[in-house]
Amino acid sequence: MKIHEYQGKQLFREAEIPVPRGIVVKTPLEASLAVKELGGKIAVVKSQIHAGGRGKGTFKEVPEQHGVVLVRSPEEAEENASRMLGNTLVTIQTGEEGKQVNTLFVEEGLDIARELYLGIVIDRETLCPVLIMSSEGGMEIEVVAEESPEKILREHFDADLGLMPYQARNIAFALGMEGKTIRAAEKFLVSICKFFVDNDCSMAEINPLIVTGEGDLVALDAKVTFDDNAMFRHKKLEEFRDLTEEEPAEVEAQSAGLSYVKLEGNIGCLVNGAGLAMSTMDLIKLHGGEPANFLDVGGGASVEAVTEAFRIILADDNVKAVLVNIFGGIMKCDVIVEALLTAYDKVGIHVPLVVRLEGTNVKIARKMLEESGKDIITASDLTDAAQKVVATLK
Amino acid sequence: MSILVDHDTRIITQGITGKAGLFHSQQCRAYAEECRPGEEVMVGGVTPGKGGQEIDGFPVYNTVRDAVEATGANTSLIFVPPPFCADAILEAADAGIELIVAITEGVPVLDMARVSRKLMDYPCTLIGPNCPGIITPGVAKIGIMPGYIHKPGKVGLISKSGTLTYEATWQLGNLGMGQSTAIGIGGDPIIGTSFIDLLDMFEDDPETEAILMIGEIGGTAEIDAAEYIREHISKPVGAFIAGKTAPPGKRMGHAGAIISGGKGTADEKIEALEAAGVVVAESPADMGAAVKRAMER
Repeated sequence: MKIHEYQGKQLFREAEIPVPRGIVVKTPLEASLAVKELGGKIAVVKSQIHAGGRGKGTFKEVPEQHGVVLVRSPEEAEENASRMLGNTLVTIQTGEEGKQVNTLFVEEGLDIARELYLGIVIDRETLCPVLIMSSEGGMEIEVVAEESPEKILREHFDADLGLMPYQARNIAFALGMEGKTIRAAEKFLVSICKFFVDNDCSMAEINPLIVTGEGDLVALDAKVTFDDNAMFRHKKLEEFRDLTEEEPAEVEAQSAGLSYVKLEGNIGCLVNGAGLAMSTMDLIKLHGGEPANFLDVGGGASVEAVTEAFRIILADDNVKAVLVNIFGGIMKCDVIVEALLTAYDKVGIHVPLVVRLEGTNVKIARKMLEESGKDIITASDLTDAAQKVVATLK
Repeated sequence: MSILVDHDTRIITQGITGKAGLFHSQQCRAYAEECRPGEEVMVGGVTPGKGGQEIDGFPVYNTVRDAVEATGANTSLIFVPPPFCADAILEAADAGIELIVAITEGVPVLDMARVSRKLMDYPCTLIGPNCPGIITPGVAKIGIMPGYIHKPGKVGLISKSGTLTYEATWQLGNLGMGQSTAIGIGGDPIIGTSFIDLLDMFEDDPETEAILMIGEIGGTAEIDAAEYIREHISKPVGAFIAGKTAPPGKRMGHAGAIISGGKGTADEKIEALEAAGVVVAESPADMGAAVKRAMER
């Protein structure tokens, strides 16, 4: 689960991780009042969406407006906010369609002496969380990894011991920190690593992490993602979920126990099993088609699940044909066909439907399909299925 | 011969009184009875607080330690819900279980990070979690795969996925090829047994003549495996990588199947495998054919 920057900073503050003072606003007037309240010569107005690259990103409706701006007066804040709120921000991470900005975060401006990068992820290989830092704050870490890998510092830490202070010092000295900043870094890094483990994060990124003129460390950004599988032990984090940031069909699918990802193509896919579902997309593409979605209907493939799956797939106007690909294992093909036929009537399928079945009781199942009298195209194997569904669009 | 599962395998199920736990224990028992009539392969189960009961002929124990003592089990099949899976795995390891197969989907990543490091203290093998299990056709199945599609043979099969493995098995069957052992290693970011661990076992197994590995987007396990194959594997290897069309930043069902920061794409994995001399199927319809081609080379 992803959360907004301002939510991440709220959690940081609770964990005693330094962040700038900031105020969440929803209207241009509030933005102006926020700048007044914060005082200071400069403030930053930041669009709150679940995607990075906001500073360089621009709005569809107001192409000269950036997603993060520096302002010097309440009036300037208000003007900028009015060009941002309600409009669509396009960044390198949002895709062409962009994301609507409904919330802004107004923060005090700080005296920046230095910008650093900080990220924490779980390293699949060493089975540990790993703290990653670089001197190139503000730059994407992938770019740094590509261009100057020697600038990336890593400290793996034990999930239960946390980051040890000496590990924090290793990094602080390697980054050339001096004096009181060493102590500040020690406290900051130990705290953020503890935060990561305590909250079952799958990723935490602060880019930039700044060193102020005073020598303090402050998180200027907060990009936090939680492990969905661990949400059962973090009930309080649920309130941070912003459903407007998620694809509505994906949210709907999730509540029906389906795994669905919307894509750009026009051939809908209904498959049992995640690996087979991914392969079905690949197969369609290989035969000249474009998949409209990833959909894993799960091992059970009950009438309810299949019906809901068809509804979700067909709600996408781009879908011009549907390919059902089922490998019946313990769940027998005839049971799945029963679900399929019931769903067919319930949903009312108005596009060509190609069904490929294999596995347990497949002969009975194929016969059931043929005798159903419904307009269903059957396929004998994967290749046949892909060719047939692509052909329906020609 | 085979790997991990053989005629000495004695299995208990942790979470045997749950719906899925019982159903699949019955299926595994039926498979074993068909292959080896009269032999006791599925020997019981564990549900804390239900020790002393019997469920459909399976004796139930309170702890894995009790179950091992009473039955001599050396293998455990885990069906407990995600919040309790880490505990169940370590309980099995601590009771001396040698092979632990965790079917449970949805275990927190940090739980698995902790468990995997702790398991280094024990001489056991963990398969999964979030996997279909392991089968040595004609000997025993420990998992949720349909047993009948697997035929004894000479291909070692390693896969991150469930139904895609059944698909591959089916294709192998159509080409007249069976499996020495087939293992679903699971689709989570952190799993107990990697491609490399199993490649190594198959290389040493005299019954295995060729290997089929099925990977997917996310992480670098397939790239590490490619490196390992180049250096250490002399047997022919076929492969397929799912998710060529998956968009970056989106989790494709499996917790581990996500392209992040431009890393973990199908293309880079395919390239690495091909460079290591592996025959990679372009289409999922050709997974069986890829192994065949690798063997003919």
